[in-house]
Amino acid sequence: MTQLTAAATLSTVLPPFSWNLVQDARDMLAYDFMRTAFLAGTVVALVAGLIGYFVVLRHLTFASDALAHLTFAGALGAVVLGLPLLIGVFGLTILAALGMGALGQRARARDVAVGTVLAWVLGVGVLLLSLYTARASASNGSVGVNVLFGSIFSVQASQALLAAITGLGAVLILLVIARPLLFASLDPDVAAARGVPVRMLGVVFLTLLAVAVAESVQVVGALLLFSLLVTPPAIAERLISRPYRALALSAALALLFTWVGIAVAFYTPYPVSFVISALAFGVYLLVVIAQRFGAIALRRGHATRREVSTHAV
Amino acid sequence: MPTTLTESSAGVGPSWDLLADLTDLFHYPFMQHAFLAGTLVAVVAGALGYFMVLRRQSFAGHTLANVGFAGAAGAALIGQPPVVGLLVFGLAAALGIGWLSERQGAGSGSGQWRQDIAVGTVLAFSLGLGLLFERLTSSYAGGIYAILFGAALGVSDRDITVIAITTGVALVALVSIGRPLLFASLDPLVADARGVPARLLSYVFLVLLAFAVAQAVQVVGVLLIFSLLVTPGATAQQLTTRPGRAIALSILLALFFTWVGLTIAYYTPYPVGFFITSCAFVTYILVRLTRLSVNALGRNSHSGGTEDATAQEMIMVERAAQ
Repeated sequence: MTQLTAAATLSTVLPPFSWNLVQDARDMLAYDFMRTAFLAGTVVALVAGLIGYFVVLRHLTFASDALAHLTFAGALGAVVLGLPLLIGVFGLTILAALGMGALGQRARARDVAVGTVLAWVLGVGVLLLSLYTARASASNGSVGVNVLFGSIFSVQASQALLAAITGLGAVLILLVIARPLLFASLDPDVAAARGVPVRMLGVVFLTLLAVAVAESVQVVGALLLFSLLVTPPAIAERLISRPYRALALSAALALLFTWVGIAVAFYTPYPVSFVISALAFGVYLLVVIAQRFGAIALRRGHATRREVSTHAV
Repeated sequence: MPTTLTESSAGVGPSWDLLADLTDLFHYPFMQHAFLAGTLVAVVAGALGYFMVLRRQSFAGHTLANVGFAGAAGAALIGQPPVVGLLVFGLAAALGIGWLSERQGAGSGSGQWRQDIAVGTVLAFSLGLGLLFERLTSSYAGGIYAILFGAALGVSDRDITVIAITTGVALVALVSIGRPLLFASLDPLVADARGVPARLLSYVFLVLLAFAVAQAVQVVGVLLIFSLLVTPGATAQQLTTRPGRAIALSILLALFFTWVGLTIAYYTPYPVGFFITSCAFVTYILVRLTRLSVNALGRNSHSGGTEDATAQEMIMVERAAQ
């Protein structure tokens, strides 16, 4: 728990929060670890917000959760076998993404395919963890917890740079294929009839998702990635039905949650991943509640208007 | 690590005298307890798992298991036994998922509910809460491991009693809603038209799942309960289309995987969870491959195989409807 003690000692030295926000921003950015956190957070949020929208459209929520778990097993496996970490993580995650694509094309069949694979991966993770803790010193018992939750405050500059390069690459590829991918996600049958390579796009997208997940989990942990991958697109999809605007809103929300979350965590003792996930979930809940009550009010409005119109007739 | 048996059974290897092996296996009280608790959990997981797979709710099951992590950490924070937190958080998550789910294609009466987004957001938030609770209770890393991986080998007499009671309650509840639940799961549209309260049943099933997971997590852990839920049910569905047989088969498979996993783990220094999940996964893959090759052979000799299957399915749905 190095970042815990680091945060605890930092909070005594850090400047207090003031309502002069410019001064606050200057305070925060005076620290190296905060600059790195903002850089890594921005990249991860951008990637997760954009790719996440397609994850929601294509019913891949469960699959991306499974991929995040797989990263964990891949990292441990690479350590145990003495392979470079990147090979274990990226190799295994991409392989699994392609396997999932092959196992179930339809969303309903995929639930079971993803579930059974995930169950086994978790079991393998348990084995690798026991091998790892048996080999490493006993004090390393918290490695699993760190991979699961990570901490954006303990990101190294080189990690952030690598994340930025792979992340921006993934975003570029996504923007290039965005148009046909949207078409294929919204109406696969018509898209196929019009000659859009639906299957091929599915494979490319799964690979992109795998790269994004593997890269982000390494940097910020599975929890934060998953929060940003699912919740902002879910909000955007509820609020806007036009795809490009929803895509932009999803990315904007992911960025907003991340920046606010990092800033809040800087001034409070709460873990940053928790603040971001709570912020995202809170906004999602508000939107759902507003829509539910809005729908009821709208229906009542319609009813009274109809009454009025029948009266008028 | 509570998941390995290294210290307790060092130097003991299986002989080919199976009777001696069995007496050896059940010589220790902790192994008796592990088998007893594992058996109870496997029965519930096998039965509920069939419905979970049928309803395509593996993601919800996975999330309800993961919510247990936040529940146990939260209970530790306020000094309560883990089971309290597991139950409270499990129930809250089940109700939350049910409430957040949306009917697909707004306003259309298609009877298809989109649940994966609701499940995903609840999962992300519950993990965040778990992280918060874990940080607030400074010395909880060991407890997290117990919840993630279970403590099948540290089950006490009292635990067994509690698990036996909750198993009984869960099974009675499942049996009492079994028929309408099956109908609603197989054909939501027709069930809805016949007046089966599909939405209510969906809530009840989620709550039941949360309850079963909460009681099992203490014994087998978050990771393993999911495996016992999903893989036996999925395998049984591959083997038979008739619901009664499939449920029985699912329970038998869950029992078999648990027993084999516990036995192998006793003789090796590796964790129980790995053997149970691997045994289940290998069986599932073998069954799928066998079915694929049988289907391919059947298609070569005569092409009536698929029509038979659909006919059988129709009969099954009709039977369930009555």
